[in-house]
Amino acid sequence: MADVAVQHSMTDAYEPSLFGTYSKKIGMWLFLLSDSLTFGALLFAYSYGRVSTPNWPMPFGKSSIVNATIMTVCLLSSSLTMVLGVLASKKGDHKATVKWLLATMFFGALFVVLHAKEWSGLITEGLRPFSNPWAKDVPQFGGTFFTLTGMHMLHVTIGVCYLGVVALRKKWIPILLGIWLLGWLLTPATNVFHIGIHVLLLVAVVSAVILVLKPKVYDAHDVEIAGLYWHFVDLVWMFIFPLVYLMSTKVV
Amino acid sequence: MHDVALKPGVAVHEESRTPYYFVWVALLILTGIEVVLTYNQVFAPVRMLEVLMGLSVIKSAMIIAYFMHLKFEIARMKWVLMVALVVCLTLMFVFFADAFRILSLGVR
Repeated sequence: MADVAVQHSMTDAYEPSLFGTYSKKIGMWLFLLSDSLTFGALLFAYSYGRVSTPNWPMPFGKSSIVNATIMTVCLLSSSLTMVLGVLASKKGDHKATVKWLLATMFFGALFVVLHAKEWSGLITEGLRPFSNPWAKDVPQFGGTFFTLTGMHMLHVTIGVCYLGVVALRKKWIPILLGIWLLGWLLTPATNVFHIGIHVLLLVAVVSAVILVLKPKVYDAHDVEIAGLYWHFVDLVWMFIFPLVYLMSTKVV
Repeated sequence: MHDVALKPGVAVHEESRTPYYFVWVALLILTGIEVVLTYNQVFAPVRMLEVLMGLSVIKSAMIIAYFMHLKFEIARMKWVLMVALVVCLTLMFVFFADAFRILSLGVR
């Protein structure tokens, strides 16, 4: 029996992809499937509490709903700019790709800032993980609210940083460190985000390790899978917004 | 419009910006409808939840199909991903039976 040497340099030496696409994209889809189950569990847990508790607090007044609606518009707009970035990258237009990715990051960052403002307002009103000022016998409201929206806020923050790495590569690290330092110094010490902003430092370290260990020019495929992650984050908010905010609207 | 040439065996489709602008506008309109329905308390809470979740499913389907490009993938990819997702999430509905039990009977 003769030995057969596979010519790895030859095109078509391998079978075509079972799912008609490249492996990185399949990998990202599988990650998003697992992440959707994480968010699914959190959303179902929130809904369970909501359904089984008749006097669930309704703390979101007009300003909160307006704020959450603007946040939703930010995310939807960021999805549009992201998809335009993916199209530009497929055309090989690097300048336009970076421009659209930066626009996406701007909308994502605006979403996080507005969300942080919303959180700070609720905390000032007295909302805590195990207590709230609106319904003393429903202590779980704060825990479910902070877990669900906090998990999403973390995903958006990581998404902005992910896009920063893809768009700006090593230039992104000093920018991110600058944002972290400014945010840390400008946030009052009593604010929860004075501690929370250290997530950016952690992300900067991880990004730096990735960029040092595997420096590369990110191609259209990399932009597309970054886009898949970003759209997923948008998708999850489409359920959090009505379930958490709209279903707990305080109409005067 | 242009053809996107990727690797052999990779799905190829023509792309234009126009559908994405339409999808974005549709998503904004649906969001506006959700806010108006809620703020005017058009439906009772349970019916409102059904309507809002229905609109959210429509919005997420548009995001998955167009923004995430699943519409342009091959049938096998679409079926594997969506069946897995829908089945797993549907299984979580089993907990609601207990939530309604607590509501009608109280915690035991």
